[in-house]
Amino acid sequence: MTHTPPKYVAWTRDQMAARIANDIEDGAVVNIGIGMPELVANHLSPNKEILLHSENGILGMGPKPAADAVDPDLINAGKQPVTLLDGGAFFDHSLSFAMMRGGHLDIAILGAFQVAENGDIANWSTGKPGAIPAVGGAMDLAVGARQVFVMMEHLTKDGQSKLVHRCSYPLTGLGCVTRVYTDLAVLDVTGDGFAVRELCEGLDLATLQDLSGLTLKAA
Amino acid sequence: MLSKIKASALEALSDVTDGATVMVGGFGNAGMPMELVDALIEQGARDLTVVSNNAGNGTTGLAALLAAGRVRKVICSFPRQTDSFVFDELYRAGKVELELVPQGNLVERIRAAGAGIGGFFTPTGYGTPLAEGKESRVIDGRGYVLEYPIHADVALIKGRLADRWGNMVFRKTARNFGPIMASAAKVSVAQVEEVVELGALDPESIALPGIFVSRVVAVGKPAARSAA
Repeated sequence: MTHTPPKYVAWTRDQMAARIANDIEDGAVVNIGIGMPELVANHLSPNKEILLHSENGILGMGPKPAADAVDPDLINAGKQPVTLLDGGAFFDHSLSFAMMRGGHLDIAILGAFQVAENGDIANWSTGKPGAIPAVGGAMDLAVGARQVFVMMEHLTKDGQSKLVHRCSYPLTGLGCVTRVYTDLAVLDVTGDGFAVRELCEGLDLATLQDLSGLTLKAA
Repeated sequence: MLSKIKASALEALSDVTDGATVMVGGFGNAGMPMELVDALIEQGARDLTVVSNNAGNGTTGLAALLAAGRVRKVICSFPRQTDSFVFDELYRAGKVELELVPQGNLVERIRAAGAGIGGFFTPTGYGTPLAEGKESRVIDGRGYVLEYPIHADVALIKGRLADRWGNMVFRKTARNFGPIMASAAKVSVAQVEEVVELGALDPESIALPGIFVSRVVAVGKPAARSAA
């Protein structure tokens, strides 16, 4: 080691979600992926109008309903009950995926196993033999949204960096990630690798580079 | 007189043959035509290829068809879910084949079949394992994969209301794949809560024109809403 690693305090998932929510502009059309990104919905400011898209045919999706107002015909991509805001619309799957693939969504927020410094993302399969693969709409969001935000832990449980030079897991999309929010840092994907926008408290760039096994730039 | 109304789900499915390709609407259980799938189980056709977004939830609908051993192959985008244990077990035992298709490619392949398109280039999946072995092309600097249509012998879909010409309206997110699948099958069978008189549906709100619907069966409202 070339330096003494400082003590740092990783962000909680809610803190990560709050950072993402804060970066979404008023009026944006956003698709929030299944899993960790779902927390972002809890942090959207009531002072912004953010239009949530759900792949199964909703634009203007609202929060989950009260227990006595659950409607099995009104669910989100995770198949959980939701509501429709005033001004919201329903449509079929073809139109929904035209919105996604056709570049009409401002932001997609995805979870991931790995993000590479060229913007590649792997988030649908670990490629393990015997695992049942499932991809859903992840590949459409990856190629279609104008900006792709990834929300994930920086390290795997055994300390491997999920930010990588090139993905080793099966790819979801090529060169499509624009920004990564981890529990340690916020990074932009640039034509020249990752640029660090923000670090969690107590962390410095050199330590993050060591943890990531990558050369990182300051934004 | 043009009437597509059938007296029962079983009657509407009497001619489904062994080996047929069957599209089943629904995203999870929203839009899943439960009564039609139950009738298909009773009807007895085997060796089916099923095209649906998921591969069954819990023990009803598509999961029940799988459990009955009628399905040879599933073409879907998202088989693995917390409640997909019926499919999981069959797949791990090698008793059902899986063709995994990204969801947007699945719906576009179905749409292409209904719209008379012979194939299309899509950016979705380009450069990933799901495009392996497929023709690809760079158009205006962007990579695309050639995908072909998925045709079906039968589509089973669920709507809210229909008239005897087969015009249909849907309910909330239960619309999903319904209108698209209906266009891609030789015979499309719709279950609806209620059949209404011609002219009762607002023509501006018809989400599936009757030309795409072959047969209609009224199955009544779900208990939760008929009580309200």
